[in-house]
Amino acid sequence: MIETVGSTADGDLIINIGPQHPATHGVLHLVVTLHGETIKKVEPHLGYIHRSIEKMCESLTYRQYIYVTSRMDYLSSHINNHACSLIVEKGLQIEVPPRAQVIRVLMDELTRIASHELWWGAMAMDLGAFTPFFHAFREREVINDIMEETCGARLTMNYLLPGGVLDDIHPNFQRKVKDFIKLFKSKIDEYDEMVTGNIIFQSRMKDVGYISAADAISFGCSGPTLRGSGVSCDVRKIYPYEIYDKLDFEEVLESGGDSFARYMVRIREMKQSIRIIEQLIDNIPEGEFQAKTKAVLKLPKGEFYQRVETARGEFGIYIVSEGGTTPYRIKFRSPGFSNLSALDHMARGGKIGDLVAMMGTLDLVIPDIDR
Amino acid sequence: MWSFSEIANMIHTWLNDTFSPTLVTIIEMVIMGVLVISLFAVLGLILVIMERKVSAWMQIRLGPNRVGPKGIFQSAADTLKLLMKEAMTPNGADKFLFNFAPYLAIIVAMLLMAPIVFAKDFTMWDLNIGVLYVSAVSSLSVISILMAGWASNNKYSLLGAMRSGAQIVSYELSAGLAILTVVVLTGTLNLNEIILSQQNGWWIFKGHIPIIISFLIFIIAVTAETNRAPFDLAEAESELTAGFHTEYSGMKFALFFLAEYVNVFIVCAIGATLFLGGWMPFHIGNWEGFNHIMDYIPSSLWFFGKTFFLIFLIMWFRWTFPRLRIDQLLNLEWKYLLPISMVNLLIVTAMAILGWHF
Repeated sequence: MIETVGSTADGDLIINIGPQHPATHGVLHLVVTLHGETIKKVEPHLGYIHRSIEKMCESLTYRQYIYVTSRMDYLSSHINNHACSLIVEKGLQIEVPPRAQVIRVLMDELTRIASHELWWGAMAMDLGAFTPFFHAFREREVINDIMEETCGARLTMNYLLPGGVLDDIHPNFQRKVKDFIKLFKSKIDEYDEMVTGNIIFQSRMKDVGYISAADAISFGCSGPTLRGSGVSCDVRKIYPYEIYDKLDFEEVLESGGDSFARYMVRIREMKQSIRIIEQLIDNIPEGEFQAKTKAVLKLPKGEFYQRVETARGEFGIYIVSEGGTTPYRIKFRSPGFSNLSALDHMARGGKIGDLVAMMGTLDLVIPDIDR
Repeated sequence: MWSFSEIANMIHTWLNDTFSPTLVTIIEMVIMGVLVISLFAVLGLILVIMERKVSAWMQIRLGPNRVGPKGIFQSAADTLKLLMKEAMTPNGADKFLFNFAPYLAIIVAMLLMAPIVFAKDFTMWDLNIGVLYVSAVSSLSVISILMAGWASNNKYSLLGAMRSGAQIVSYELSAGLAILTVVVLTGTLNLNEIILSQQNGWWIFKGHIPIIISFLIFIIAVTAETNRAPFDLAEAESELTAGFHTEYSGMKFALFFLAEYVNVFIVCAIGATLFLGGWMPFHIGNWEGFNHIMDYIPSSLWFFGKTFFLIFLIMWFRWTFPRLRIDQLLNLEWKYLLPISMVNLLIVTAMAILGWHF
């Protein structure tokens, strides 16, 4: 049991950041040992929003369990669903029609942009600037509207099923996405003007929360957190799924390893996502949006693993099947959990204000950490 | 034309004719007190609604728009709500200090109102050491924040209060030195005389670059002194939830809130008085016609216009900048602002001796 009240024997303050705190964006509980303003130790307490999703999935069929995963990392819910579909398709060798593949990737990238937009606004708010939040939501709202039109939902889209997508795209989809690309390109410079170039922002971010490439790997970080330390780890490049191997985009790498590097990775990733969408939006092939599948899906006996790149990093699913209609054992590897474990290492010696900035750049989504 | 000074003189004469001198003093004191309290309340309401409208405008929102036309009564409704709310005192808190701190904050803000020249010949207390009085009294505000932070018996409050203590004490130096530059040029500590010295041009125009620098330093330092973003470390809601007033609720919280806004008004009024000529109208050299038109605008409008311009500037900071970190905040003061303002003061002194200003 970790001591959560009072002070240590050395006279250091112990403060509880969370479970209810504006900076944790959820019910994360950090027990922070402070020497004055300097951080000596950060101990995350988890479990406040644990819903035993893994156990729940074990009693759901391969069609049903996909939609529970929307509730893990709710900001990349579509990408989580994508991984769940992919693993079933891999197990049953279902051919996904090209139209469905393109739609899935388009939705993935839109989700990624929406997630990064929210992160950008929330991170600026962590640093005390309120205005960027509203500016980010202005663009994010457009994506949500596009999603609503096609998928019927704005956040937990539940748009996928093994073998394709649930429904065809809305007739307005292509036009609206093109409008969004135009809007986004005109606004992304505003983001740089308002936040990236700000001298206070840069002094808050640079040389703060440093983590070396070796440390980041040993903590199991992934996604923008690891790429900020200069390690190539984009699943879309290394283990391409769907049509990512045919697409022309760059893996964003920054060598700084500090908060600013992680920030820049995400900002540049948004531009790369736009690049992917531009390549695909006019080239959605005609044809079926769903493959014909059996009414009851049964994964063959064996073990399966599938990884995808969510907005936060590498999301993995491990399924042990006994040949039945439900998984025997299921395990999710969520990016947030591993990224959070690096927080203590980053924060030691920093100030309490830095801790909030670091948590911002890790882009924590708490239901993703507590599954 | 009617002006505040004429009305005040009329009342004064009428009172003197009717009552005995002792009674007149007492009545005038009561009137003064009522005026200060009502000005206080009105200013609080106006500044809160102004802040919300300015922030909404910067954040592509509408802001409050339900209570009254365009939502102008929103802050009045909020105040009513806060008055109704229970003002709790935590069990572990030091009861006396905890309850006294918000009133101290308010008292300090009220005391600061005294020497401000609101319009031509219209001031509550024409004090010959006005500038000294302002800088002396304004430094008391840190005591109320420290008191609140310590008495709350909450670690967030304590951290916020300690931050605020370090911050206000350091930034007072540059604010004081920036004010001194004008005092050196005018040779007086009386706010009225400082305004009169700007008859042929405001100090920001007459004082060349050194005064512009000290004006900038003054604006930065007072933003920090009033705990406004980007220097709102004492509150820092994303780090310390609400800093020194975490445990306060209801009207006791509102008093801190009110004191913050009134302090903003006061420092902006001082800034307008020292650098922008107070109630002095804007004149351009020999443009007789233009200067004449400017003279027709009432002096109180000039004063409030300038003050609210500075307030807008401070609000603009708040809604655009991220927050500094505590060590960066102190670095900025001790490594940059303080040396610069010291050198600046030397230059201005040389300027004043050699008569290089207009």
